[in-house]
Amino acid sequence: MASVAAAQVPALHGMKVIEAVKSANVEYVVAVPDLHTSKGLLFPIAADKNLKLIRVCKEDETLGISAGLSYANKRALLLFQYTGFLYAVNAIRGVAVEHKHPMCMMIGLLGKEPGVAPQESARYGVRIIEPIIDAMGIERHLVETDADLGKIAPAINKAYETSRPVAILIGGRPS
Amino acid sequence: MMNRTDCLNVLKTHITDEIVIAAYSTASEWIEINDRVLNYFSFGAMGLCSSHALGFALGFPNRRVVVLDGDGSLLMNLSTLVTIGAVAPKNLVHIVWHNGSYEANGGHPIPNRDVDFCGVARSSGIRKVHKISDFQTYEHQIGSILKEEGPVFAEMMIEQGPLGPRSYKEMYRPERRKALKDALNP
Repeated sequence: MASVAAAQVPALHGMKVIEAVKSANVEYVVAVPDLHTSKGLLFPIAADKNLKLIRVCKEDETLGISAGLSYANKRALLLFQYTGFLYAVNAIRGVAVEHKHPMCMMIGLLGKEPGVAPQESARYGVRIIEPIIDAMGIERHLVETDADLGKIAPAINKAYETSRPVAILIGGRPS
Repeated sequence: MMNRTDCLNVLKTHITDEIVIAAYSTASEWIEINDRVLNYFSFGAMGLCSSHALGFALGFPNRRVVVLDGDGSLLMNLSTLVTIGAVAPKNLVHIVWHNGSYEANGGHPIPNRDVDFCGVARSSGIRKVHKISDFQTYEHQIGSILKEEGPVFAEMMIEQGPLGPRSYKEMYRPERRKALKDALNP
């Protein structure tokens, strides 16, 4: 049944996600690998000569690096899995929310069922992400299919214009 | 063993237009010794000062960035050395004040006071590594360490300083962050 459901959900093309990110003048991607976005996003990003990829060891490092870059008016996308978001919550609380640094987090929802809302996922870890983001007062957007691509660039632009964090949840697995 | 306040007073004489990023106990001493617009204190989470510094170093490749880290802080983000070693910014100098104590949190010992930070830095790919325990050597070498091509890592063996609580409110003011950004982007 799962494969039938997956086949019925429209695709999310990784290259289109990357184009949307680049259209928002993002220069750096600071990433921890995530199986959900590995093939569709991280490998193409690593091969993209117009993006500078910084591979870090753990997710909270991304917050510091991106904050430092912001003082040079350099835009960064932070790319990690929802488990990494949970790991880095204290850094997100401090660096992004309380100290009001612009921060664009693209968060892979590994294991989320295609076409199922994150809060209705059978996976506990996926189910709690949106409520935690809401509790932290962080704006969030769900990108499930290509129909959601239009959310990405405005979200990044707003984060830098208002010096606030934003969470872009990657629900569909980018192809 | 050296005294950090003495070391910071010497450091001040070598600092010109560098971005100086200081953490916790060191930060509260540095702001008294050398309060300047090109200081940055806003990490938001313990351990991340060197990650912020890496971002600054990449964003301002023509300006030197000096991190004044604590041993407890570095232990909370030890992987930063691997990341810095891989990115290898030429303009980054990472100084860690090693007193074996969570000075800002009551003076409790770090889990292993004999941790070899220089060894970790070296094996993480940072080639310029220094360890200094006496003040005379520090006075003699700190100027040249600051000028070396980075990434540079320097472990300074110091005695425990005054214990907290300290107030970080002044150094975290948003006006400081804005003034720094304005100064860096005239």
